[in-house]
Amino acid sequence: MSRFVATLPEPQRAALAATYDKAVASRRQQLLLGSVVFVLALAAALRGAEVDPANFWEHLGNFTDYFDRLTTLDSGDRVWTDFSDWYWGFFRWLRLLGETILIAYVGTITGALIAFCACFVASNNLVQSAWLRVTVRRVLEFLRTVPDIVFAMLFVVAFGLGPMPGVLALALHSAGTLGKLFTEVVEGVDMKPIEGVQASGGTWLARVRFGAVPQVLSNFASYTLLRLEINVRGAAVIGFVGAGGIGEDLLVAIRKFYYQDVSAMLVMIVVCVMLLDMGSERLRHRLLALESNH
Amino acid sequence: MRIAFMDRAAALPAPPPTFSRTGVVVALGIVVTYLIGLGVLGVTPWAIVERLPRLFSIVLTMFPPSPGSAAHFWTYLEALGETLAIAFVGTTVASVFAFPLGFLAARNVVAGRILHFMSRRVLDTVRSVDTLIWALIWINVVGLGPFAGALAIASTDFAALAKLMSEAIETADQGPVEGIVAAGGSRFHVIRFGLLPQVLPIFASQVLYYFESNTRSATIIGIVGAGGIGLYLSEMIRVLEWQEAAFLILMVLLAVAAIDVVSRRLRAAIIGAPKG
Repeated sequence: MSRFVATLPEPQRAALAATYDKAVASRRQQLLLGSVVFVLALAAALRGAEVDPANFWEHLGNFTDYFDRLTTLDSGDRVWTDFSDWYWGFFRWLRLLGETILIAYVGTITGALIAFCACFVASNNLVQSAWLRVTVRRVLEFLRTVPDIVFAMLFVVAFGLGPMPGVLALALHSAGTLGKLFTEVVEGVDMKPIEGVQASGGTWLARVRFGAVPQVLSNFASYTLLRLEINVRGAAVIGFVGAGGIGEDLLVAIRKFYYQDVSAMLVMIVVCVMLLDMGSERLRHRLLALESNH
Repeated sequence: MRIAFMDRAAALPAPPPTFSRTGVVVALGIVVTYLIGLGVLGVTPWAIVERLPRLFSIVLTMFPPSPGSAAHFWTYLEALGETLAIAFVGTTVASVFAFPLGFLAARNVVAGRILHFMSRRVLDTVRSVDTLIWALIWINVVGLGPFAGALAIASTDFAALAKLMSEAIETADQGPVEGIVAAGGSRFHVIRFGLLPQVLPIFASQVLYYFESNTRSATIIGIVGAGGIGLYLSEMIRVLEWQEAAFLILMVLLAVAAIDVVSRRLRAAIIGAPKG
């Protein structure tokens, strides 16, 4: 067989082979260097994070034990044998979960409204003035980088305990993240409709309203839905700092070792988040289909 | 000319209505729910405006941000280092576990439908529990401190990364795989030479994204006592030391910005895209 495969003359082959070997060697060298840096960084990080495998193995039993206790009622039976005992506080938790979802919803919509107003000013195809654009972008970046729970701690001091600081915190953080995504969408729009409105004498607002908005709306809705999912998760823990929702009860239950309450609330949160995820995934697919029909 | 023009106008189909009926109903529903939500939660413009002066006075006391003393500064710097360490260890552990699990959860690698379905559901469950809740659980296991934080980050992210990994495997080009099978390669060869070269760069760039977002999560994980700068931040807010709180927030912002720059460079190097 090999007779029929044409081979290059030796000098040419040797040169090519040498180049290939060199390329492979340089890649290997890079990989080695990268690995050494990575291992050093990891060693430093392991020290910094006080990772202690011995402690971990010793207490790993606690972890399985913890789940064992989570699924055990005070009476010693498994939780699923007696739902009325497990979910003794069902209606209270349902109300708190509803409040959590509502906080997430109101926070997300408020954030989306702020982002909607900001994104057209921050995009480079609609606004000429660089300083205006950069200022808006810096503000959005700031809102995005400060975690929502930090905003919540601040607002709890300023506005008092309750759902209001939670709503405001989620709104500000969402405004930052959505503002960035919205800006990217606006910068990717087709400029022809906008130029058309401009050519027929439209003002800046008219250009945005009739040129840009119709192109971006379904994308905006899809991103907002995605943010709503994330915010429901966030709203569930924002109560840890006293900003409303189910988080406060959950924190108390975990801290005071009310195992059956912890598992009951966790199951409710997980189911709720999953249902929302699935619903919003469907909706987003439909929205994106709407987009591609245009 | 004029008549022809009018004829054409008449021949055009009527423009579609700007708003469909379902669209109006959905929009109304969103607005009404929003307004009801505002009412139920007690978020009224009046309530906000009433407290705004207090918020402003807090923000004003934040300036100038200052660490208080040099000793505090070094403590905070150490805590920031601890935060980065938590994020790094957490992300590494998560990716080490996510990598094999991603293969298990991928439809085209594992034939068993039940196994595939089960691993997906487990991953979804783990993912929908927030990092802070995981931190509280791990604190019960390994005690207070950064180790619990690293484990919490690893738990949440391992599920998210495994999901992304399995999606990357499912969408991988089947050409190389078929080529290796045709050349008589084993299952191991298929994964090593057919799938890994396609999947690895995507996975690496996703891991970098997660490292970035984990530095953000690691800054707040201290609020529940799982190490890092969050402990000091929540403490300073609790005792109303606004200048120090502002300084801590600034430190976090700078660290996150620095990590962003580094990881953007690294990602460009890994996926071979132009630096930007």
